[in-house]
Amino acid sequence: MKAQQLNEEIMKIKKNLAISDTGFVFDPSTGDSYTLNPVGLELIQLIKSGQDLPAITTHITGKYDVDAIAFERYYLDFIATLRQMHLIDDNA
Amino acid sequence: MTKLAFERPIIQRINAGLPSKYGLPRHIEPLSHIEGVSIRELLSRYGSPLFILSESTIRRTYRDAHRAFSTRYPNVQFAWSYKTNYLNAVCRTFHQEGSWAEVVSGFEYDKAIANGVPPEYILFNGPDKTRDDLQKAIKNQSFIHIDHFDELYEIIALTKELNQKARVAIRVNMDTGIYPQWDRFGFNYENGEAWDALNRIMASTQLELVGLHTHIGTYMMSTEAYKTAAAKLAALAVGLERKHKHHIRYIDIGGGFASRNTLRGAYYPGTDTAPSFDDFAEAITSALMSSELKPETLPMLILETGRALIDDAGYLTGTVLANKRLADGRRATIIDAGVNLLFTSFWYDHDIRPVEATSEQTEDTTIYGPLCMNIDVIRGSILFPLLKKGDHFVIKRVGAYNNTQWLQFITLRPKVVMIDTQGQVHVVRKEEKLETINAQEVVPVHLDKIEW
Repeated sequence: MKAQQLNEEIMKIKKNLAISDTGFVFDPSTGDSYTLNPVGLELIQLIKSGQDLPAITTHITGKYDVDAIAFERYYLDFIATLRQMHLIDDNA
Repeated sequence: MTKLAFERPIIQRINAGLPSKYGLPRHIEPLSHIEGVSIRELLSRYGSPLFILSESTIRRTYRDAHRAFSTRYPNVQFAWSYKTNYLNAVCRTFHQEGSWAEVVSGFEYDKAIANGVPPEYILFNGPDKTRDDLQKAIKNQSFIHIDHFDELYEIIALTKELNQKARVAIRVNMDTGIYPQWDRFGFNYENGEAWDALNRIMASTQLELVGLHTHIGTYMMSTEAYKTAAAKLAALAVGLERKHKHHIRYIDIGGGFASRNTLRGAYYPGTDTAPSFDDFAEAITSALMSSELKPETLPMLILETGRALIDDAGYLTGTVLANKRLADGRRATIIDAGVNLLFTSFWYDHDIRPVEATSEQTEDTTIYGPLCMNIDVIRGSILFPLLKKGDHFVIKRVGAYNNTQWLQFITLRPKVVMIDTQGQVHVVRKEEKLETINAQEVVPVHLDKIEW
């Protein structure tokens, strides 16, 4: 249930963000630019492709040396940072 | 299949128009080994956090300093400043290299004696020498550096009681062009107080005036100030020769040389701005050699520098406890070493590095110690690699003052190890335990029983 709630929030990421393959992010509504590290870029791409948290966790823990519990902690922190930067569209 | 190393995900706003004054952000290189010894292995074996001392660095730094002065002046002597780091292993390394001892309390005096320093090679400085301390120093023929007139008269009285001469010097404070001027220790040069003290000593048959001492400040970045200090002490020595036909045995220029740590708020890093030993030596010895001191009676030059000799040899390593975000979104990293162990983080932007390899990514991070106190900040703002819980860090140049000014506050102090010149690791101070602290306490009998 918790994972579903998280996933619903994730789906509210701003759709008009321009994201390059190198991790450069441009928000046309504010003019602000951002950089993502490779894991951050991968997460954004997975979220935008519509994957839910269990699927993302399976993907990341299969590829990287991190367990599911530790990953969830960093994932939630990342989402909170996106919200703080107003990159999540709460009105969508 | 081997999995890739996981780095925590981050996103950072790009602030155009605010380029770093040093150009592109500098990658913080990890430091995995000290003198060829793995820091991770040391942490695993001796616990976290952990102070690490490099004996090779102590000896190398001492020899560099000694070379800088002894190639410019015929008679040079170093005296190890006990208050800078009085771990016995550190003191004994300096003593093996030829350093005398410079102490500022009865406790430090006894420590130097216990370390095998001949009492006649101990310089006793400071404003707090008890009657017992002075008696001991007089009997032992140590060099007593007089701080004030009350002490001067107490020494005269004691020498009469003991029927023994005392070997004394005076500490002189002076205007060397730096601010703030240190005038709380010793006798002032400009207002004539230093001359009054010298005349009083010369009038006493019980006191043998052996030297002149000054210590102009701490973390001094200006070599010119030392030039002024040396010239003023030389002028006093020349005055003593003229008026009293008395030749002093030494001029003690004190310490205070800046180390390569970066002061908080400094524009340039300390590694770029700290004068070298050669710079300090050139300023001091050129002032003495160009003074009116006669070549045949040139006094010994004593140096008491502490910080610049030991800072580079000390490291503090430990473990990341947690990461969190502050209210404004900035990163906060909590490590297991705080200001209780790293007193100097109140003065310096310490050079802190990851132990394990990291990516090029950095985040604006505040590094907090583990104490439940708001003041426990190791670095207020640093572009730092993305360390995770359990990763390790190491802080460079912590050899000066931390092992003497550290606090047993909230938690216990950890082990200190020394890597010897052969790469062997020795515990030179054990970790504290609850019993260590409780052993000093006495609980009144009526508080023995507590009923719940």
